[in-house]
Amino acid sequence: MQSNSSGSKYSHKKNLKFSDDALALAQKIMKRYPEGKQKSAILPVLHIAQTEFDGWLSVETMDYVASILNIQPIEVYEVASFYSMFNLKPVGKCVIEVCRTGPCWLMGAEDLVKFIEKKLGITEGQTTPDGMFTLKTVECLASCGTAPMMQIGETYHENLTFDKCGTILDEYKNKGEQVSHFRTERIKHHSDIHQ
Amino acid sequence: MSKQLLINDLDKPGIQSFSGYKANGGYSALEKSLKMKPEEIVEEVKKSGLRGRGGAGFPTGMKWSFIAKPPGVPRYLVCNADESEPGTFKDRFLMEKKPHLLVEGMIISSFALGANTSYLYIRGEMMYVYHILEKAIQECYDAGLLGKNILGSGYDLDLYVHCGAGAYICGEETGLIESLEGKRGNPRIKPPFPAIKGVWQCPTVVNNVETLAAVVPIINMTGDEYAKIGIGKSTGTKLISASGHINKPGVYEIELGVPVEEFIYSDKYCGGILNGKKLKAVVAGGSSVPILPAELILKTAKGEPRLISYESLSDGGFVTGTMLGSGGFIVMDEDTSIVKNLWNFTRFYHHESCGQCSPCREGTGWMEKILHKFIEGHATMKDIDLLWDIQGKIEGKTICPLGEAAAWPVAAAIRHFRSEFEEYVKNGKKMVDVKHYYRINKLQEA
Repeated sequence: MQSNSSGSKYSHKKNLKFSDDALALAQKIMKRYPEGKQKSAILPVLHIAQTEFDGWLSVETMDYVASILNIQPIEVYEVASFYSMFNLKPVGKCVIEVCRTGPCWLMGAEDLVKFIEKKLGITEGQTTPDGMFTLKTVECLASCGTAPMMQIGETYHENLTFDKCGTILDEYKNKGEQVSHFRTERIKHHSDIHQ
Repeated sequence: MSKQLLINDLDKPGIQSFSGYKANGGYSALEKSLKMKPEEIVEEVKKSGLRGRGGAGFPTGMKWSFIAKPPGVPRYLVCNADESEPGTFKDRFLMEKKPHLLVEGMIISSFALGANTSYLYIRGEMMYVYHILEKAIQECYDAGLLGKNILGSGYDLDLYVHCGAGAYICGEETGLIESLEGKRGNPRIKPPFPAIKGVWQCPTVVNNVETLAAVVPIINMTGDEYAKIGIGKSTGTKLISASGHINKPGVYEIELGVPVEEFIYSDKYCGGILNGKKLKAVVAGGSSVPILPAELILKTAKGEPRLISYESLSDGGFVTGTMLGSGGFIVMDEDTSIVKNLWNFTRFYHHESCGQCSPCREGTGWMEKILHKFIEGHATMKDIDLLWDIQGKIEGKTICPLGEAAAWPVAAAIRHFRSEFEEYVKNGKKMVDVKHYYRINKLQEA
């Protein structure tokens, strides 16, 4: 969680900026759309912003994204609030997203959520006091044949048992790193993103 | 012998890479296509009888032939890889294991449609697959299969991956187009259809991953030969995502026409029900299609064996039949609570409604609330009729088919399992702690 200079509950410091790598990547992606249609890059650029700024989108972050895409801030707010992968308030370094739908539910997703809640001492939607984990439940992640499952950052953890899930969470805790959907390494080495 | 055309060679080393794919005959269909006229490719796809594999089953060749060709206006092909229908995971599997099959299918299809820029819209959650596809596309640029003057044909194509950010509604083609334009994924009123006014108001074709992948074998073997595979108007092969209470969940490529009974019980496919339990019900085509009880999914109302094909699954209409849909085959054993499963599905549709149309925005929420009353043990008999009434007032009254997708599962559950709803009402609070579903001994395994 970022320092809170503005005094508002959920905010970032003013004048935040992408790293050079992130800015270069955003500009590369913007070129994929026809002249004047750079707004199309909003979803990928918001993913990058979430990685750059602590895993969530503050008003300051969204305003900054609007300035990069040369659109009005409201155009970013209305999009960011529509898509479930964007967090509009601070989250832990590691967001656990447990699939709760259909086949995962048939295979015990509710029990898995209860197990994680007990292990971490939080309930769904909460963040652990040390700021390490946030627990979310999400809708179908197209991993129904390997249910139950959870996503952490880019990684699908599938065919989970309580033991397996516990071990995985311990590993993330030991590493203590921020884990994002769009991995930091991907931003640093974006050679696989073609022009 | 059931034929496989898409995932027959996954055991070949390096099939995920350009060199491995090419060494196993990959990109031969592209070379062949570039020597054909675009309209000849469209003709082959028409002859093949290929139908959209995303769920709607609309004939692909016909969809392609609708694309407007005003001079000086760019046309676009957009691949719908926003696979989010509960129970469906075939596209993720295909893209992860054999990304070049989709890329090859997209290049051929773009050429057939006269598109010089194409987008592959993948759901944001599949970010790791996004990077697999980026790599595959870069390999094609490096090999001269994308970019300017592909293989000396004079044809130019740029292909880009675009990631979503979590919204089921973006799987609807006009919702997807809005999302690609950088907006909320609110579906558009049709007409105009995307073939006339799609992305940035330009003619656009949106096709599912599996549909575009199937274009490759169609070009290789010709449309006529492809049409000989399958049964009747259900031509070719289909990827079935099998999940739920079965011994062998996974993605299976079947020749359309395999009997449901064989698919569930044969060791070649699902390998029977987990723990030797009895089959209770199946949702055969993703969560949106009507659920059928065991007796109706194994045999039609006429007593004929039910086959996995567009026609056989829909035999009997919604009274006794269902739909092939996306091929998301969810199997439920005898311990499954149909009511609680329905609440889970309905919560999904409520969560995913974009909110544009009142019947869907409000109706899905009402249905979720009423179903929650059942599982909390304070529903009344009138609530069954109320649910029936609400679903009927959503169906057909919304801009996009999410309304139907939310209504159909409710209607089918009441139609086939009304007594179970009544049991919830009669037993009230006693039902709260009843074993509702497979209580995962598996979860407790070391």
